[in-house]
Amino acid sequence: MVDMIEPPSLEYLRLLPLLLVFGGACLGVLVEAVLPRRSRWGAQVGLTFLTLVVTAVVTVLGWRAGDVGVSALGSVTVDHPAYFSWTALVVLAALSLLLFTERRLNGGVSAFAPQAAAVPGSVDEELAIRARTEHSEVYPLALFSLFGMMLFVASNDLLILFVALEILSLPLYLMCALARRRRLLSQEAGLKYFLLGALASAFFLYGVAMLFGYAGTFTLAGIDQAVAAGAGSEWLLLAGMAGISVGLLFKVGAVPFHSWTPDVYTGAPTAVTALMAACTKVAAVVALLRVLYVGLGGLRWDWQPLMAAVAVVTMAVGSLLAITQDDVKRMLAYSSVTHAGFMLTAVAGASTGEGARQLSSVGSTLFYLVAYGVASVGAFAVVTLVRDRNGEASRLQDWAGLGRRHPWLAAAFSVFMLSFAGIPLTSGFIAKLGVFESAWSGGYPWVVVVGVVLSLVAAYFYLRVVVTLYFADPQPRSGQGGQAAQAPAGAADATPATGPAADGDGARGGALATEVRTAGAPAAVSSAGEVGVGRASVATYGAVVAAVVVTVVFGLLPGPLLDLALQAGVFLR
Amino acid sequence: MDPNHYLVLSGMLFTIGAIGFLVRRNAIVAFMCVELMLNACNLALVTFSSHWGVLDGQVASFFVMVVAAAEVVVGLAIIVSIYRTRRSASVDDANLLKL
Repeated sequence: MVDMIEPPSLEYLRLLPLLLVFGGACLGVLVEAVLPRRSRWGAQVGLTFLTLVVTAVVTVLGWRAGDVGVSALGSVTVDHPAYFSWTALVVLAALSLLLFTERRLNGGVSAFAPQAAAVPGSVDEELAIRARTEHSEVYPLALFSLFGMMLFVASNDLLILFVALEILSLPLYLMCALARRRRLLSQEAGLKYFLLGALASAFFLYGVAMLFGYAGTFTLAGIDQAVAAGAGSEWLLLAGMAGISVGLLFKVGAVPFHSWTPDVYTGAPTAVTALMAACTKVAAVVALLRVLYVGLGGLRWDWQPLMAAVAVVTMAVGSLLAITQDDVKRMLAYSSVTHAGFMLTAVAGASTGEGARQLSSVGSTLFYLVAYGVASVGAFAVVTLVRDRNGEASRLQDWAGLGRRHPWLAAAFSVFMLSFAGIPLTSGFIAKLGVFESAWSGGYPWVVVVGVVLSLVAAYFYLRVVVTLYFADPQPRSGQGGQAAQAPAGAADATPATGPAADGDGARGGALATEVRTAGAPAAVSSAGEVGVGRASVATYGAVVAAVVVTVVFGLLPGPLLDLALQAGVFLR
Repeated sequence: MDPNHYLVLSGMLFTIGAIGFLVRRNAIVAFMCVELMLNACNLALVTFSSHWGVLDGQVASFFVMVVAAAEVVVGLAIIVSIYRTRRSASVDDANLLKL
């Protein structure tokens, strides 16, 4: 006799934000297949932003209606933290996708490789540059990644969590390797991110298998019950917790697993770096919170000291190494490691937020993620704007004196730096106050003390950038030609690799490219020219302005966002 | 059936994969080691599935296979493009980005 299989019932309305992003991405693939090359770029941009706007509206409507619950047969939980992070993800992704659309800076072409399959410096690439082909696939890729992130923060099931982790990672691996300039560096970033990411997800999966062995179920609630019942082998439970933590902390970029961050952030196209820095961080931190609080809440005495230790090491290593960097992009990468540490202090605290006006750990982390994400998208947007003839000039000494020549841009960057540093009147200050308060009330005052000291260290290197912008004298670039060759642009040319295509953006492509790209490609590094601010399209300026406005407004009037974070303080079990 | 035997085998495969990832320099071999680790996870999942008498673990192993296949597509694309550029798939040669 065969049992009747009950047809699954899905809460389509509640899951609509997820489905919309996924649908938009699938349509994007279709557009790629159907439309002629000429009209693809515009169609993709339109479709992507339409998807994002509709998703944002639907998410906010669902949030305001309070439509929460465990959905999709128990595999996805849509609760207030999920709505909060969905909204944050969509907004941050929209800001970084504005940077994707930038074409004016590059002389009419995007910042992505004309043909990723063509070997750098080869005839194929020259032809692709001449034909002005572009990879408009980056938009569906970004949407798929966004879908993975939105599923990641809401998954209530370890298997869904693993699948979402891969959905969010795989497009990112590809996009990292797609830069138009410095392609060797970009491909290398893709390779490193991919190999280390695959290793981390293997550890994550082994953790999932161990927890399944312990509890006999994949759902977080089921694991929580099994932990409470206390049956089964403790070794399985601890091994599972360790494996899952490794995978999640890798994505968060916390210290024992942070070594990919600087390389990947530096090598990837800056727009993709912005997307990774802002959105991946949101997704990974919220998923970490959900797994630890909902699934492994019974083990909090085991993981709290561990997270506290990781937080302290992350803050220390991130801020100390950031001081030694002389490349702005790399400095921002280490700063993202440092901020992961600050967020982990709240995770370690596991405070539930006593009283009506105190943020819980979840709430304060969510607020921090928004403040950090907006400022980092803005900062990377500024990085795309400061250029010489080789493309982006991200070395700190190239930025010296920029504040006198381009006061508005320098002011915007200073706002982001001050917010990162946690100076009052910016959102970063409120955010840092929130996470430290959570850590304190969760019983980790020593972590807070260390955190305050290390945020002073961090403030040093942020303020150093501001000082460089305004008070340092620009150094003549001709005198440092030899040095400039060691910068990433030059490194790509000086590869010891054999074969026909060793010279990245180099001589052979150069002569032709100069006539093709109006911005002027480099024939040699020594002729990098003056550092200036490129003329960008409205999109990039819009992203910078929006980031400044959000950073300042939430610094002066944090009330509304704090209320939302307060409301989103507890996960639905 | 004693699940411990399968679990020990799974643990050994996982360890071999992890060590292989650390010691082998070729990107493709390193990647194959990751695949070995995923297969070790599959073995553990199926073993636990049989131990608990539920199908979840077996279904999960199908998901893992699909994900692994997708990962191969992306990974090989990146590795092949690097190989075509540098004529080498060694991870030691990918050293332009440094501290």
